[in-house]
Amino acid sequence: MDIQPEDKSDAGEYELRLYVAGQTQKSMQAFSNLKKYCEEHLKGRYTIEVVDLLINPQLAEGDQILAIPTLVRKVPEPIRKIIGDLSNEEKVLIGLDIRPRSANV
Amino acid sequence: MKNTGIQFSGYALPKVLTGISGLDELTNGGFPQGRPTLICGGAGCGKTLMAIEFLVRGITEFDEPGVFIAFEETEEDLSKNVASLGFDLPDLISKKKLKVDYIHVERSEIEETGEYDLEGLFIRLGYAIDSIGAKRIVLDTIESLFSGLDNQAILRAEVRRLFRWLKEKGITAVITGERGEATLTRQGLEEYVSDCVILLDNRFVDQISTRRLRIVKYRGSIHGTNEYPFLIDGNGISVLPITSLGLKHEVSDEIVSTGVDGINEMLGLGGIYKGSSVLVTGTAGTAKTTFVSSFANQSCIDNKRCLYFAFEESENQLIRNMSQVGINLQQHVDNGLLKISATRPSLNGLEMHLLTIHKMIEEFRPDCVVIDPISNLIAVGNFIEVQGMLTRLIDFLKTKQITTIFSALITPRGNNLELTEEGISSLIDTWILVRDVEGIGERNRGIFIIKARGMNHSNQVREFIITNHGIKLLDVNVGPTGILTGSARMAYQMEEKTRANEKLRLESRMDRELQRQKALLEAKISNLRLEFESIEEELKKI
Repeated sequence: MDIQPEDKSDAGEYELRLYVAGQTQKSMQAFSNLKKYCEEHLKGRYTIEVVDLLINPQLAEGDQILAIPTLVRKVPEPIRKIIGDLSNEEKVLIGLDIRPRSANV
Repeated sequence: MKNTGIQFSGYALPKVLTGISGLDELTNGGFPQGRPTLICGGAGCGKTLMAIEFLVRGITEFDEPGVFIAFEETEEDLSKNVASLGFDLPDLISKKKLKVDYIHVERSEIEETGEYDLEGLFIRLGYAIDSIGAKRIVLDTIESLFSGLDNQAILRAEVRRLFRWLKEKGITAVITGERGEATLTRQGLEEYVSDCVILLDNRFVDQISTRRLRIVKYRGSIHGTNEYPFLIDGNGISVLPITSLGLKHEVSDEIVSTGVDGINEMLGLGGIYKGSSVLVTGTAGTAKTTFVSSFANQSCIDNKRCLYFAFEESENQLIRNMSQVGINLQQHVDNGLLKISATRPSLNGLEMHLLTIHKMIEEFRPDCVVIDPISNLIAVGNFIEVQGMLTRLIDFLKTKQITTIFSALITPRGNNLELTEEGISSLIDTWILVRDVEGIGERNRGIFIIKARGMNHSNQVREFIITNHGIKLLDVNVGPTGILTGSARMAYQMEEKTRANEKLRLESRMDRELQRQKALLEAKISNLRLEFESIEEELKKI
């Protein structure tokens, strides 16, 4: 269930992967939070891949996943991980190393 | 696999054998089946090793696949570390019997925001377990999570859930934990794992380290409560369980030669009972080692296996020295009947020696054991410890029907004498004392039997000499001042000989005199006969 932003010109700059285990409340929460931040700060420059470990449990080993939900920033390097429901926007942005749009202009 | 556990009449807690030597006896059948067991202890006391041996033995001996969840070491490191113990992890992994999963928590990579759980860990464990159908799992050590993640409340709840989940899965789990300041583990894991807790310890006493193991608790099962020493060597872990301290061992009527003819005679039955224990004590230089070597030599000649623990001399030195007195030990070593284990007593702690002896006996399966000398062991333990160790050792040897001969050095003053007299004499069946007999400017060796249970033994003090053909007991010469030894004996013997010669000479002189008398008389008789004949002839003429 890859979600591609509408504008693909700048896509791929941020490759994010969200690990969940089934459609739990925390996972849904995390996904909607993530979507919101990305739309706000990375519009058109991101891909989000959602991995459901209940379906693909073997994928947990590769990214050293323990906690659910875990957000992994695959690109750009280095790999960063954010665990939890991503409710704290500031922490997520720091964790993903995203500068606010205003500073970008 | 032996199960020496006491059988419960009704309900018995299901257990799985660990396969770790000695531990199954101690836990009365292994770890609780389908429940977590906690192994805790300080750094470097063998937690990981015990855990991995549990898995490896499970695979190799009981065909129960296992999962090792490593929080501290990578798979490669782990494989290398245990390769020295003869565990071939890559082989087991390739056979799909073992799975090693390295779970790495890097705090610097992780940011925490909001609520989360450890479902990912559960999924990984579940996946690992299901992929090989594991019956056993090890978590080494789950406490690493606490340093990798911040939210203690979530962690604690999740760890609790994890143990419940493991129980539901019915998998036998071993959890390791680092020892904490006031608690058994740093994070108080013992709160969660309440069924079986094993504490490992590596303690130093007088610069000698001994690893010890204690079962802190084992719910629903009887278990050994003491501290037991354990050993890590080329075959993994061995725990020394307490041996049966009851006096129930079987006895034998078979007689075993001591290797010295004179002593066999003195003992009345031509030797010692098989499975009995013999102590040879004496002061320095009274040929104790020669005695025990004669015994070892004799038993090998009789085609019996003998294990010789030398705590004073190296193997080569012992063989050379004994070859000088006509005891050829080398041939027995070559044909595998004799095994000499020469170590310094200070190499190990006392319990460790006992364990090593146990292990070697189990491996070599000897008919007789020589320990030369036991008094050196006191150097590494105090009197009570030595006594305790020897009690256990003698007990063990007796249950195995192994004839044992100990030597012990006694000094006229000092603790060792006490050791010998008070400490073990009651445990010993036959006690032979070799001693100096001093007098008229020389030292001679005398031997006597202090006690020999179940034998009508001689009460004499016999002198012995060491010849090119081993020990030889000399005949007793009792002079006016008592027993004669050394030059006094020789003088006595010389005197006896002269006296005998004299007697012989006298006899032969008398004999010759008799012959002469006889010849003389016979001559006279023939003269008289001739005279008679001539007179008779004269008379006939008339």
